[in-house]
Amino acid sequence: MSNNTASSSAGANGSADSAAPRRNSKRPKYSRFTQQELPACKPILTPRWVISAFMLVSIIFVPIGIASLFASRDVVEIVDRSETACIPAQNRSDKVGYIQSSADKTCNRTLRVTKRMKQPIYVYYQLDNFYQNHQSRSDEQLRSRSGENETSSCEPEDVINGTAIVPCGLIAWSLFNDTYSFSHNNQQLQVNKKGISWKSDRDHKFGKDVFPKNFQNGSLKGGAILNTSIPLSDQEDLIVWMRTAALPTFRKLYGKIEQDLLPNDEILVTLENNYNTYSFNGKKKLVLSTTSWLGGKNDFLGIAYLIVGGLCFFLAMCFTVVYLVKPRRLGDPSYLSWNRTPGGR
Amino acid sequence: MKRFVYINDDESPTQEIYCDNRISNRKYTLLNFLPKNLWEQFSRFMNQYFLLIACLQLWSLITPVNPASTWGPLIFIFAVSASKEAWDDYNRYLSDKKANDKEVWVVRQGIKKHLQAQDIHVGNIVWLRENDEVPCDLVLIGTSDPQGLCYLETAALDGETDLKTRAIPSACMGIDSDLLHKIKGVIECPNPDKDIRRFDANLRLFPPFIDNDVCPLTIKNTILQSCYLRNTEWVCGVAVYTGNETKLGMSRGIPEPKLTAMDAMIDKLTGAIFVFQIVVVIVLGIAGNVWKDTEARKHWYVLYPNEGPWYELLVIPLRFELLCSIMIPISIKVSLDLMKGLYAKFIDWDAEMIDHETGCPSHATNTAISEDLGQVEYILTDKTGTLTENKMVFRRCCINGIFYGNESGNALKDARLLNAVASGSPDVIQFLTVMAICNTVIPVQSKTGAILYKAQSQDEDALVQAAAKLHMVFVSKSGNILEIRYNASVLHYEVLEILEFTSERKRMSVVVRDCQNRKIILLSKGADEAILPYTAAGQQTRTFSEAVEQYAQMGLRTLCLAWRELKEDEYHEWSLMFREASSTLVDREWRIAEVCQRLEHDLEALGITAIEDRLQDGVPETIETLRKAGINFWMLTGDKQNTAIQIALSCNFISPEPKGQLLLIDGKTEDEVSRSLERVLLTMSITTSEPKDVAFVVDGWALEILLKHYRKAFTDLAILSRTAICCRVTPSQKAQLVELLKSCDYRTLAVGDGGNDVRMIQQADIGVGISGREGLQAARAADYSIGKFRFLKRLILVHGRYSYNRTAFLSQYSFYKSLLICFIQIFFSFISGVSGTSLFNSVSLMAYNVFYTSIPVLVSVLDKDLSEETVMQHPQILFYCQAGRLLNPSTFAGWFGRSLFHAIVVFIISINAYAYEKSEMEEVAMVALSGCIWLQAFVVTLETNSFTILQHLAIWGNLIAFYVINWIVSAIPSSGMYTIMFRLCGQPSYWITVFLIVAAGMGPILALKYFRYTYRPSKINTLQQAERLGGPILSLGNIEPQPRSLEKEVSPLSITQPKNRSSVYEPLLSDSPNARRSFGSGTPFDFFQSQSRLSSSSYSRNCKDN
Repeated sequence: MSNNTASSSAGANGSADSAAPRRNSKRPKYSRFTQQELPACKPILTPRWVISAFMLVSIIFVPIGIASLFASRDVVEIVDRSETACIPAQNRSDKVGYIQSSADKTCNRTLRVTKRMKQPIYVYYQLDNFYQNHQSRSDEQLRSRSGENETSSCEPEDVINGTAIVPCGLIAWSLFNDTYSFSHNNQQLQVNKKGISWKSDRDHKFGKDVFPKNFQNGSLKGGAILNTSIPLSDQEDLIVWMRTAALPTFRKLYGKIEQDLLPNDEILVTLENNYNTYSFNGKKKLVLSTTSWLGGKNDFLGIAYLIVGGLCFFLAMCFTVVYLVKPRRLGDPSYLSWNRTPGGR
Repeated sequence: MKRFVYINDDESPTQEIYCDNRISNRKYTLLNFLPKNLWEQFSRFMNQYFLLIACLQLWSLITPVNPASTWGPLIFIFAVSASKEAWDDYNRYLSDKKANDKEVWVVRQGIKKHLQAQDIHVGNIVWLRENDEVPCDLVLIGTSDPQGLCYLETAALDGETDLKTRAIPSACMGIDSDLLHKIKGVIECPNPDKDIRRFDANLRLFPPFIDNDVCPLTIKNTILQSCYLRNTEWVCGVAVYTGNETKLGMSRGIPEPKLTAMDAMIDKLTGAIFVFQIVVVIVLGIAGNVWKDTEARKHWYVLYPNEGPWYELLVIPLRFELLCSIMIPISIKVSLDLMKGLYAKFIDWDAEMIDHETGCPSHATNTAISEDLGQVEYILTDKTGTLTENKMVFRRCCINGIFYGNESGNALKDARLLNAVASGSPDVIQFLTVMAICNTVIPVQSKTGAILYKAQSQDEDALVQAAAKLHMVFVSKSGNILEIRYNASVLHYEVLEILEFTSERKRMSVVVRDCQNRKIILLSKGADEAILPYTAAGQQTRTFSEAVEQYAQMGLRTLCLAWRELKEDEYHEWSLMFREASSTLVDREWRIAEVCQRLEHDLEALGITAIEDRLQDGVPETIETLRKAGINFWMLTGDKQNTAIQIALSCNFISPEPKGQLLLIDGKTEDEVSRSLERVLLTMSITTSEPKDVAFVVDGWALEILLKHYRKAFTDLAILSRTAICCRVTPSQKAQLVELLKSCDYRTLAVGDGGNDVRMIQQADIGVGISGREGLQAARAADYSIGKFRFLKRLILVHGRYSYNRTAFLSQYSFYKSLLICFIQIFFSFISGVSGTSLFNSVSLMAYNVFYTSIPVLVSVLDKDLSEETVMQHPQILFYCQAGRLLNPSTFAGWFGRSLFHAIVVFIISINAYAYEKSEMEEVAMVALSGCIWLQAFVVTLETNSFTILQHLAIWGNLIAFYVINWIVSAIPSSGMYTIMFRLCGQPSYWITVFLIVAAGMGPILALKYFRYTYRPSKINTLQQAERLGGPILSLGNIEPQPRSLEKEVSPLSITQPKNRSSVYEPLLSDSPNARRSFGSGTPFDFFQSQSRLSSSSYSRNCKDN
């Protein structure tokens, strides 16, 4: 560095007295940036550094993995697959016909609680093979009344007889319409359906002044019918449904049971099996689940953490062994022969 | 093809035919700016591609994302380059306006008027005063100088800083200055061209001005636009070319943009990605349509109509096309341009590349090709002024067979010569007279009384200076009268004609009349082969040839001086022919050469001068270092073969025996040349297996034949040979050689300093100009101008190499990050029913491409893998750049694989961690995006070699900025991702997922890199390790600068046989024992042999294919 400064100042002198008029050159200003000489830290991958990095990762990851796994195991989950069971045996050859008929589709299921479930217990419905993620909707229309005619993104469920459908679009049109009621020891189990949607959605995404209009009035009936006297911001089932699922398998919150359930409790579920998943072989499940700090029952994170932590430990060990068995001097000049033969690379 | 300019004729039609003097360098006008600029931008493929994508996005049926995600960046990029263009054009407009509005004196209707420069018309008479800028191309008709001379500074035109003299044509001599504005006449001149050295025209004045004869005009009679009038009170001239039709205006042109090898590679990779994209689109499009027809119809809730419109089949492929369009990063061009601009700035700023003698910093004129510097394979260099200082010093001479200056090495101190001068020996006096007056030097008396010489040729300057030191002082030149002071007496000579120097003739002569005895004499000087064959039949020229040979071996430049007395009538007869030749419009130069030939014969050779041109500082070290770096050097010089070989030896260009071997290709006829070529080729192919430096030497004549008839064989030779010396070559041959090497797909760099190198510089992939004594011509034409040859080392090894490394990283990284996000989108399509739905929202996509992933990587412009010192010590490391090891399909495949791997990691982890009840589109998208951003940060960290504060700021600051920006967006109720980021940041599972992505994504990469780094290190890695672990880096083959002086090597008078040029200098094929001796009495080449060179013989060829 000192060299540079010296030479540059010498240069300045040189130009002052010698051929200065030759070129009124812009003398480069000396700075560490312009000379690309900013102080830099140049780490290299030394064995110690790399091995300790892998070690550190494994030391952190294994406990987190175990904690996540425990969290997931702590969650009590009851899953009941109902789509076939709820079809009367004689109709099972033509499920689609049955579901589209006007027969009474009430169906009773019994769930057995395996472990104590602390309240709140979340009630989800789970759909499989349902592609909610490529359907149409219009956020502007849902937000306020003024956007009622913003239906361009709603095709083909956008307008009927020239007036806009509210809520428009296929997502709303295919609103889930199974209903569940729970009883325990012949006592009705209260399912709280308030506050199942995001507060931010109720407050800002679904207008208080937007009321359903022309909904499900077309020749083709989709899913549920909405009460036209309740504003969209209070139609929580719709709000939940409108949160598009990313995956074809998803759960949506149906309600909360605010009561503890004890092991071996038997819960009777009465469900209205209205929603057609039969034409595309979709599964329909009812899920009762508690929750943990990590969310619902999902072993993935825990297992993945353990695997990654284990692999890191394994790699750290491997590198250590290799390092001890076959030490390799870094920067060994004997690798620096410049006999650049074509094979020697 | 001619134009007739009627002088001072306000009614003549020429006024309408030719444009006025309004200069316009503007590319655009206010009206056509937008369409023209857009048209230009859209002529690039990348832009067309993005425009097509952007237009497709306007079709709402198929667009998976908001059109803004493409339109935004596209408009931004267009706006940036358009406003740059507009700014440049506005500045051009301002400078044009300044020039156009300048007031000048112009004659109108016979009266001098003060007019704006833009109103000058062809044929107008323009008056200029001292220090005025010339507004258009003028033919002089009058000056304040009684001899009709004026002085001109032409720096703006050709970069040369010395004053040029211009004279009024003979026809206008003696016209009273009051009558000048009444002059009438016609000038017949060629149509405008850009040759600033030629103006072949005729002038005829109309009565009442006498002289109805045609008077020839040359460039000497013109003053050209943008020059400055100096030392002359006033001049007046006739406008012949105006406005944009002036010589300057015509030569102003936009040079062909050069494309670097890297750009070509990036384009190729882009093409490959494009093909890949099309394949993906077709496959997914078909899959999507099949899925739709088989599966989607069952999904009643999507309401697919049974019978869609005709374009139904296209919808899904087009949607995928839009989804995949980000595979080609829109930001890459902008990032690259920015980086390239900075590389160029670093060159401009480099304090170590300032020439301290002149204070000239280095300058990158072409900002786009810095990476090519790191990939140079051949350097073609000029000798004089490039390798040497072009500071000529008269050292020795041989007058009439007597050698002066051999003992002391300086003839000016040789007592015998001083005695001879004092005693007035006639030979010596004649010799000195030729030295003093056979030139075009202008003596200028300075205020202190000292005489300064303004010379265009450094050789002439040296000769005149030397003559002055030997008491033959060239005092002044007034008009045609030269005043010489010899001892106490003053002699006058009248210059009758000057037969100018051309590179074809290789000599110049003057015809003067000795005013003392009225004799007419012809004085000539030139190359020996241009003078000695034309000496009088009886004269013995052997001693001269020997002297030339001897001097040339010392690396001195020789000139042969000669003279002849002319008879009056001979001169007059010839003078008529000369005049006629001078006034021809077609082939004037050739005609003049022919006429000159008729006078320059039967000369009496007087002697030989030897001028030393010292090597520049650090030239041998620079060449040695660069040769170690695997760069091949070719020297192309107009000088003599022996001089060239000596200089080549002294600057490490070729290795002396026994390491090196020189092979000569010569011959006068096709047969001889071809035979010699075959022999050389054979020798070459035998010796390539040995670690030996083989070089071939060829001269201009043989080269002409080779290039014409044996191009293929010569190309083979060029590929085999690392080193070549081409002497006696013309500028166009230099360019042809560059062309030849380029055709073999080598990266060439041409370095030169003079006007004769301009063509080669322009032809080469990279042209480097030395801003030297021969003016700035080369520096102006070049892509880079440097002050000294030794800066080339730094330019290539430091700037070129870093630029290459940085661009290699930046470009591949740009593809990596685009592919990463694209792969995620493709994977997502498999779980969204192959419908071409986008996982990410438009805002994220746009910000990802132009912001999150573009900013941090930009600071890689400061990345240095190795310190400058290490690179200088191990120049071989440049090989990695030359062979393109850091950016080629296989490294690209690595990055491709990495992006695929990372996409899989991000995708699998985010959809599994956010499954079931958490499976919410916006959340999953944001988790995946966060994963990508975190991975980016770590990838950049892992690939950065040196962290400055800026790197930390950019990498970690970007990560923070990502969160801040998303929080802001999440706070806007109307945005799609309202509250999402707040929600996520509050969830432990979000952070756990992100860290899992980082660990799973980076772990294998780090492990692999560590393994490669430690157990399969590249040379770069090894050096990095050595450098950073401290301690002295064991360097194989350190460069020790060794001062060399020419004088010691060749013992004086060691000539054996003057013209004995055996074809092969080592008796490998030729068995003649004296072959070796022709280098001077068997002087051991081992003298040079001082250090063990690394065997770096012929690898570069092999590496080429890998």
